[in-house]
Amino acid sequence: MIDILIKNLPIIVVLCPLMMSLLVVLIPNIFFSWALTTLSTFLTFLFSILLYQEIQIHSHISYALGKWMPPIGIEYIIDKVAIIPIIIISGISFLATIFAYKIMPEEIEKKSISKVYSLWLLAIAGLLGLVTTGDAFNLFVFLEISSLASVALVAMGAHKDKQALVAAYNYLIIGAVGATLYVIGVGLLYGVTGTLNMADLTNRIADINNNRALIAGFGFMIIGIMVKAAVFPLHIWLPRAYAYAPSAVSVLLAATATKASLYILARILFSIFENSEDLVNNTLLFVILPLSLLAMFAGTIMAIYEKDIKRLLAHSSVAQIGYITLAFAIGTKASIAAGFIHMFNHAIIKGGLFIAITSIAFYINKRVTVNNLSGLGREMPITFFCFVLCSLSLAGLPLTAGFISKLYLIKASISSDGIWLAVLILISSALSVVYLWKIIEVMWMREGKKIVKKENPTIYISLIIITFLNIYFGLDASLVVNGSFEAADKLIGDIK
Amino acid sequence: MISSTIGIWNYWIVFCLMMIGLFLVIGRKNFLKKIVGLAIFQTSVFLLYITFGKIKGGTPPILNESIDTIYSNPLPHVLILTAIVVGVATTALGLSLVLRINSEYGSIEEDDVSAQDLVDYHDDIETGKNFDLKFKK
Repeated sequence: MIDILIKNLPIIVVLCPLMMSLLVVLIPNIFFSWALTTLSTFLTFLFSILLYQEIQIHSHISYALGKWMPPIGIEYIIDKVAIIPIIIISGISFLATIFAYKIMPEEIEKKSISKVYSLWLLAIAGLLGLVTTGDAFNLFVFLEISSLASVALVAMGAHKDKQALVAAYNYLIIGAVGATLYVIGVGLLYGVTGTLNMADLTNRIADINNNRALIAGFGFMIIGIMVKAAVFPLHIWLPRAYAYAPSAVSVLLAATATKASLYILARILFSIFENSEDLVNNTLLFVILPLSLLAMFAGTIMAIYEKDIKRLLAHSSVAQIGYITLAFAIGTKASIAAGFIHMFNHAIIKGGLFIAITSIAFYINKRVTVNNLSGLGREMPITFFCFVLCSLSLAGLPLTAGFISKLYLIKASISSDGIWLAVLILISSALSVVYLWKIIEVMWMREGKKIVKKENPTIYISLIIITFLNIYFGLDASLVVNGSFEAADKLIGDIK
Repeated sequence: MISSTIGIWNYWIVFCLMMIGLFLVIGRKNFLKKIVGLAIFQTSVFLLYITFGKIKGGTPPILNESIDTIYSNPLPHVLILTAIVVGVATTALGLSLVLRINSEYGSIEEDDVSAQDLVDYHDDIETGKNFDLKFKK
């Protein structure tokens, strides 16, 4: 029994939320639909931890879907690289689901809550499938499952603010163009190589030199995924989608959605095209490196001038994505590991910040902006405390998770003769303190009028857990660091 | 030269459709027209896949006695069936969003909508109006 479970884990991780989403939509009761969602995200998390243990033993699990052997059939691959986003997505979605219990009925009407949970699970299933699949076209299908589900989730924010509709619309259109560009790329690659299996693609690309269709296909794929990963300047959909989505959805999307696409980006660059070094190196140097630097500064500066706090955090996400792609662009083993470390840390940091902002939004019953935060620090000490800790983590102060990722990123850039890169990273981090301090100052230093209202304790559970994770992974980062270095080793170990 | 240009006329059609679609998505300010553009853009990709699945003089891929039958590759067609489903879902979701936008804003022109959004945004920041949840009343 356990044997069968272990053998089929790669597909079960995806199927668990996918099948449950069909079941959840049938349950009208708010509590039971939530309980089932929690159960299924918990099981998914459990399965991904089992997978993690399996990976420590086998280091590479290949699963032939429907017993059609790859490269003909669809293959699901889990290795030391894929396990990182799987753990991030399943872990954060479990936390976000616990958090959603009291939040959802506040923002969404009762009769559609079970449908929202169904979409919620569908989005998670799409993201997990994106990461596990080893088939280039299957990846497109999961890309669209996750993005269509998240578009619908974002649009559910329309009860609170009608801008959610426009945000969702832009997300849909830009996301669909991105996914279609990716499909064109896959089509061109298929035309040249005659295969869709990623491992097989790697081998067949090695035999083809300087084929123009191949280069065009590579370009289309990269641009398509960069749209989904919100790499500057293709990030326009992101700030509004995160800012106007229902609070629980913001937490889920901010922490997980772009991570899966960033992983795919790394996979295309370092795994599928590992044999066309010139092409990849030129792309890294002339496209991804400048864009990441721009993202770091443009995102941070936009955040400094932003007054709406949820938008501010979304702009800061753009900058943080810039750090991750910068780490990929440097292209050494240490820097790619730093990218994965930051991917994990950013998920817990942004998750924590968005949960804290939700807690505040419910307390004051308004959109959280710089103007209406005055004096809230004294009124809601727990939220304030967690918010400050997560902010410090985002800015990269020692003893927090953010420090670890900045440390490894700077170390990696110095060791690859990029001292100026390290300086730019430090400047951008220093600038991020400006917008975080702006919030903390208003919350703590200014006097505000008293709102006496009881706080919502269910929010605190997830808030405290995620803040604790921020501190824990700042004190003892060995798990994340080792995992990321093993991942980087697996990705580019053979070449550099 | 000319024969090779005409020989790939399918690709020319794909190329034209793709550019028309992309132009509509980027250039039009009307939300409905953008979706039409997106649909054209996606259709061009379907045509692209189907084109390189076809071999000149190829038969349908059915097993028969003679070994040296040339047959067309069926896989792109199957892939496109999936992509069509995805395209229909995207269009449906987009249209339903446009309907909702029309009923909330009273317009589906990007300029009107973003002008209203800007006013809302500044209201939120300056006055900080309370959440007004219609279903809770």
